Amino acid sequence: MKYVDEYRDPAQVKALLEEIGKVVTRPWTLMEICGGQTHAFLHHGLDDMLPGGIELVHGPGCPVCVTPLEQIDRALAIAKRPDVIFTSYGDMLRVPGSTVDLFNVRAKGGDVRVVYSPLEALKIAQANPEKQVVFFAIGFETTAPPNAMTVLQAQKQNIKNFSVLVSHVCVPPAMEAILSSKHNRVQAFLAAGHVCAVMGYHEYPVIAEKYKVPIVVTGFEPVDLLRGVLAAVKQLEAGKAEVENAYGRAVTFEGNLPAQKVVNTVFQPVDRKWRGIGMIPMSGLGLRPEFSSFDAETRFSVGEIITQESPLCIAGEILQGLKKPPQCSVFGKECTPTSPIGAPMVSAEGACSAYYRYHREEVSV
Amino acid sequence: MNNEFDFEGYTCPVPIKPNDTVVLGHGSGGKLSHDLINRLFLPELGKAAPRALDDAAIVNINGQRLALTTDSHVVSPLFFPGGDIGRLAICGTVNDLAMVGAKPVALTCGFVIEEGLSFEILQRVVQSMRDSAAEAGVYIAAGDTKVVQKGSADKLFINTAGVGVVESDVNISGANAQVDDVVIISGTLGDHGIAVMSAREGLNFETDLRSDVAPLNHLIAAMMNAGEIHVLRDPTRGGLATTLNEIAIQSELTIELQETALPVKRQVHAACEMLGFDPLYVANEGKLVAFVKPEDAEKILSVMHQTRYGEEAVIIGRVIRTSNPHVRLRTAIGGTRLIDMLPGEMLPRIC
Repeated sequence: MKYVDEYRDPAQVKALLEEIGKVVTRPWTLMEICGGQTHAFLHHGLDDMLPGGIELVHGPGCPVCVTPLEQIDRALAIAKRPDVIFTSYGDMLRVPGSTVDLFNVRAKGGDVRVVYSPLEALKIAQANPEKQVVFFAIGFETTAPPNAMTVLQAQKQNIKNFSVLVSHVCVPPAMEAILSSKHNRVQAFLAAGHVCAVMGYHEYPVIAEKYKVPIVVTGFEPVDLLRGVLAAVKQLEAGKAEVENAYGRAVTFEGNLPAQKVVNTVFQPVDRKWRGIGMIPMSGLGLRPEFSSFDAETRFSVGEIITQESPLCIAGEILQGLKKPPQCSVFGKECTPTSPIGAPMVSAEGACSAYYRYHREEVSV
Repeated sequence: MNNEFDFEGYTCPVPIKPNDTVVLGHGSGGKLSHDLINRLFLPELGKAAPRALDDAAIVNINGQRLALTTDSHVVSPLFFPGGDIGRLAICGTVNDLAMVGAKPVALTCGFVIEEGLSFEILQRVVQSMRDSAAEAGVYIAAGDTKVVQKGSADKLFINTAGVGVVESDVNISGANAQVDDVVIISGTLGDHGIAVMSAREGLNFETDLRSDVAPLNHLIAAMMNAGEIHVLRDPTRGGLATTLNEIAIQSELTIELQETALPVKRQVHAACEMLGFDPLYVANEGKLVAFVKPEDAEKILSVMHQTRYGEEAVIIGRVIRTSNPHVRLRTAIGGTRLIDMLPGEMLPRIC
C-alpha cells in the first residue's frame, strides 16, 4: 500500500539501525510523546532491535490514558440519563470510571454509540430531535479541529439538542511538566508527528532552548521512527538541543493554519487535570464563552462531580516515563486489557496495553 | 514552569470494574467470550464434554461417531456484500462440523423473527439458505419459528444446528497440534469483517470487497485425502489471532507466524490502517487454518490450490515448543511481537 509499504521497508530499516549503531557511543533516554508511536515501536518489534544503549520511555500522548477520572464519571452520569444519546470514539467505552464503564452503561439500557467522527454525532442529533445528543470531545490537538468544526456546524445549523463534553489536552505544556519534574530522565523527545501536522512545530524551539533537549518531529512507520531516533541521537552525541523535522512529508513549521483557526475560534486554553500527572495550568482546551450553550458540563450540571483517584497502579509514573509497565505489581495479573485497573491498559495506544499485547512472554504473568 | 511539578505520588488508577453484567464483548469471540465459557458455561454444563472447546463435539452412538454442533447468527445488516444472514447460518454450521473432520449431513434451523419483517426479506434469506445448503450437500431436516414483539430482537436471528459423520480413523482437534507442524491458511484474512463493516450505517467508506462466507466441507474432504491433518479451525469472530491462541492453549505449544506470509487484500489492509484494526483480529467466514504434518504440507497445499475456496492457500507459520505456550509473529522488518487474543469488542482508535 502506497505511503505505508515504503516506510516499512526492511532494507531501509536495517540501514537506519546500522547507522544509529554507528552514531551512538553511550546510553541515551528518549521519550516518544505519542501512544501511537509507542504502539508502532512494539507492533513492529522495533524496540528490541535498537542498539542497546538507547532506552525508550513512553510519553503521555494517549488521550484515553490522560483523561481524568472525574471527566469519565461526568460522562457516565450523562450517558445514564434516559433522555440522552451519548456518542464517543470507541476506545473511551472501556475506560472504567469510579464504578462502571460506558459498556456497562450501555448494557444496562443507556444509549451509548461509537462514532468515527463528531459529525456523525451531529447527524444523530438531527435525526433524533426529541433526544439530547452528547459527544465526548477528548484528545490532543489532532482531534480538536474536527470537534471544533462540529460545534461550528451545530451553531450554523441551529441544532439545539447537541452538546460536547470537552476534555481536550495539549502537548507542549505536558512536555514542560515532564522536563521540570525533579525525577525527569528524558534527554530527548520524539515529538508526535500527527499533532505537529496540525500545530506545526513553532511551539518547540523555546522548550528545546529552555531545557536543553533535542526535539525531533517524528512519524509513525518504522522508517519514520528510526529517522527520528537517529536525528535525536546525533544531536545528543553532538551536544546539540535543537528542533528538527524528521517527518517532512506531513509536517511544516507553521502547521495547518485553517485547522488552527477553527480550533482558536471555538476553544481557548484552560487549566486541565491529567490523569496520572495532575493539574497542569493552561494545558487544555475548553469552549469559549460564546459557545457555552454547547457545553454538556453545564447543560447537565455535572461540573460538581469531583472524583479522587485511588493509588492502585503506577500509571502516573509510566505516563511520565519513570517506570516501564512490567515494573507495576499488578501488570498482567489483576490488570489486563479485559479488566483494566489503569487507563494505559485500556486504550489501543496505552503503553501498558502495548506491553501486554506484544511483550508479555518476557515477564512472569 | 520551574519545578512546579513534583510527580511523586501521582497515580492513575481506576477501580477494578465489577463484572456483574453481560456486555457485547462477551459475544465478540475473543478473550471475554473465552472467559465466559470457561468460568460459567463449562463448569455448569460441560462436565461430560471433553472436547467442548472444538468447533464441534463428537459423540459415539453404538460405534458410529457423529459430530454435533450449533451456532446462532446475528448480523447487521442482514444483507452485505458477498452474502447474507442465511448463507452465514448454513456455512457457519457446515464449517464447524467439517473442522473436526466430519462429513456434514443434516441441519436444523430456528428462526427468531421480529414482528414487522417483510416476507420479501424473509423469502430472500430462506432462498439463500436453500442455495448454500445445496452447495454444501446438506439438507435441512427440521426447523422452528418464533416471532417476538417489535424491539425485542433485531429483525431476524437464525440458529442452526448440524450433525455429521466422522470416520473411525479421523482425529482432528485443536488439542492435536504437534511440534514442527506447518500452519496453512486457506486464503486472505479479514474479508468478511471489513465487508460487513463497510455496509454498516455510519461508516462512510466504500469498497468492492466481498464477504468470503462459504462452505468449506468439500475443500476439507480433498485436504484429508492429500495428507495428515492434526488441527482444523475456521477463524471467525476474534480473527486468526484468537483462533491460534485457542489452539496454542489446547495443544500447549507455541505458534510462530511470519508477517510477510500473511495474505491480506489491499482493501482490507487499507481499511484496517484507517480504522486502527489489525487484520489478524478481523472475522472470516470462509477461511480455515490447518496444522499439518510437515512432510505432507506441499501435497495438501497443491490440492487446496486446485479446489474451490482454497486457491489462495499459503503457509504462514509453524509450531515450536517453548516454556510458555503463546502465539508470536516475526514482523516484516525482522522484529518479534506477541499475538494475544482479541480482548473484548474491537474498538476503533481515536486518532
